[in-house]
Amino acid sequence: MREDDNKYWQENIRILKILLGIWFVVSFLMSVIFVDQLDVIRIGGFKFGFWMAQQGSIYVYVILIFVYLKMMDNLNHKYHHEEKDILAEEKSDQAS
Amino acid sequence: MSLQLLTYIFVGITFIVYIGIAIWSRASSTQEFYIAGAHVPPLANGLATAADWMSAASFISMAGIVSYMGRDGSVYLMGWTGGYVLLALMIAPYLRDFGKFTVPDFIGDRYYSQLARMVAVVCAIFVSFTYVAGQMRGVGVVFSRFLEVDINLGVLIGMTIVFFYAVLGGMKGITYTQVAQYCVLIFAYMVPAVFISILMTGNVIPQIGFGSELNESMGGGYLLDRLDGLHQELGFAAYTAGVRSSLDVLFITAALIMGTAGLPHVIIRFFTVPSVRAARKSAGYALFFIAILYTTAPAIAAFARTNLINTVNNAVYTEMPVWFRTWENINLITFDDKNGDGRIQYVADPGINELNVDRDIIVLANPEIAQLPNWVIALIAAGGLAAALSTAAGLLLVISTSISHDLLKRNLMPNISEKQELKFARIAIFFAVCIAGYFGINPPGFVAQVVAFAFGLAASSFFPAIVLGIFSVRMNKEGAVSGMIAGIVFTATYIIYFKFINPAADTAENWWFGISPEGIGTVGMLLNFIISVVVCRFTPAPPQDVVDMVLDIRVPGKPS
Repeated sequence: MREDDNKYWQENIRILKILLGIWFVVSFLMSVIFVDQLDVIRIGGFKFGFWMAQQGSIYVYVILIFVYLKMMDNLNHKYHHEEKDILAEEKSDQAS
Repeated sequence: MSLQLLTYIFVGITFIVYIGIAIWSRASSTQEFYIAGAHVPPLANGLATAADWMSAASFISMAGIVSYMGRDGSVYLMGWTGGYVLLALMIAPYLRDFGKFTVPDFIGDRYYSQLARMVAVVCAIFVSFTYVAGQMRGVGVVFSRFLEVDINLGVLIGMTIVFFYAVLGGMKGITYTQVAQYCVLIFAYMVPAVFISILMTGNVIPQIGFGSELNESMGGGYLLDRLDGLHQELGFAAYTAGVRSSLDVLFITAALIMGTAGLPHVIIRFFTVPSVRAARKSAGYALFFIAILYTTAPAIAAFARTNLINTVNNAVYTEMPVWFRTWENINLITFDDKNGDGRIQYVADPGINELNVDRDIIVLANPEIAQLPNWVIALIAAGGLAAALSTAAGLLLVISTSISHDLLKRNLMPNISEKQELKFARIAIFFAVCIAGYFGINPPGFVAQVVAFAFGLAASSFFPAIVLGIFSVRMNKEGAVSGMIAGIVFTATYIIYFKFINPAADTAENWWFGISPEGIGTVGMLLNFIISVVVCRFTPAPPQDVVDMVLDIRVPGKPS
């Protein structure tokens, strides 16, 4: 059992590395360090670097968390770690 | 209907709703009082977390700060949202699986040490009081400006409301009032933003509006280009360009991000959901709801800045609109006609500039500046109160659980019954409300400075201790405790020196490597990590039951 847990944990870490890598690039490279270089590109009235720092980074954060939720659901399904849905069970108990 | 009457009606209705929810959701056990029985659905927890997180500062001050800082304001926009990615990926699911009540619970158990628990308790209480004082002040300010009630009476009314639903309902009452408060505050924030976006650019969505072209009546051309032009004309740096050094921006952003991920009143919200998956999901919902306000704020900032410059610069003083006088009367706008020409000069050069505008006005007066109807202005008052009260309640709960649970039950008086513990929790919240109210009425002059403190301390103490506790099985109490103490002492010393002992030296030339006190928490955090890892190498491994606990919280659904 411990060996399975170990593999599960390794895959979990891999997911974190990918998503936190994107998080780092978006937050610190695109929105801070290279923001002036990106400002050369324009989207409508926005300079791209400015837009990333004040808008884009926040949208990426929201997307990252929901992608993580999905990836962990798949991982948990693969290793049969699905949790019981306590709230739904109680509801069906009350109904029956 | 008059503005005054409308404001009373809006605020009155929201208060009745909050009290109604409190009566409906009374807590009867410590589990319900501390973590709402771990029965909060993810969507409700997301809404509650968003309201918990967005304080009077987010609602009233943030757009104003961004408006004055231009692109550099992004440190707050990213700093106060980016931490949720770390929370969702590295902290919330594991602490939910751990399944206790508080952050000091985790630190104390994981590092099998009462010393570690006490360090965590002291940090949690300090950070929370720092924060709550500002909220109570916010309540008082909103009352006095919009309802023309005395500031102190305003604070007292706010205290009574929070006291009522926090003492009665504990976390359960707080959670469901926060859900209602989120709805009130986001509505109040969005309505004026949408109105102004339509007025200036014809675009319904403010997030897109501030990157669009101005209406014909305002002269056309992209709004941000116009704003950059106005700024340069008046001698300010271009709005969309930065003034601070990249390194400092990087460190401030990182300190706010790690601080967010380490703040106890946010982390504790993820103990209230029924499962690990629900913890992940509710972090996603929470950030989504926060992002609605946080992506609107920079739009409001740009609209308001353009409007303000257009309205005031070179305008004849005696012809200024009514709102100008109203805010001038309470000294949030000050005008000094230095060259005696009867016109307002609003420029970067302090020798020539004649106008000072308080940053808080940007959100509070924006609807008036844009000449929106009275009911929109009245909404702002209800929204500001919702933001301040929801955050205050969450913080008060952390203070109360730190005392009744972490200090008494888990340390000094382990033999008290659940009923006694619940009684102590309610007494603790009563005293916490009173102390918070006292600070609201007699605000310490340093509230603004201590915000840097709260985030710096959370980043340099909690964040590394929690992350190492989950991701390093080998981390032991010697490593964690020495790391936490080193991080706190270093960060606190730097901030205290520049903010309290020698504020005159608080300039870029004197900072270490150009890192401001706001950003020093990042260095403290790195120091904490390094010292923890080094000390851990030379000290004994943690006992087997702790190793097992760490391995268990890494896999969802296992008993721990």
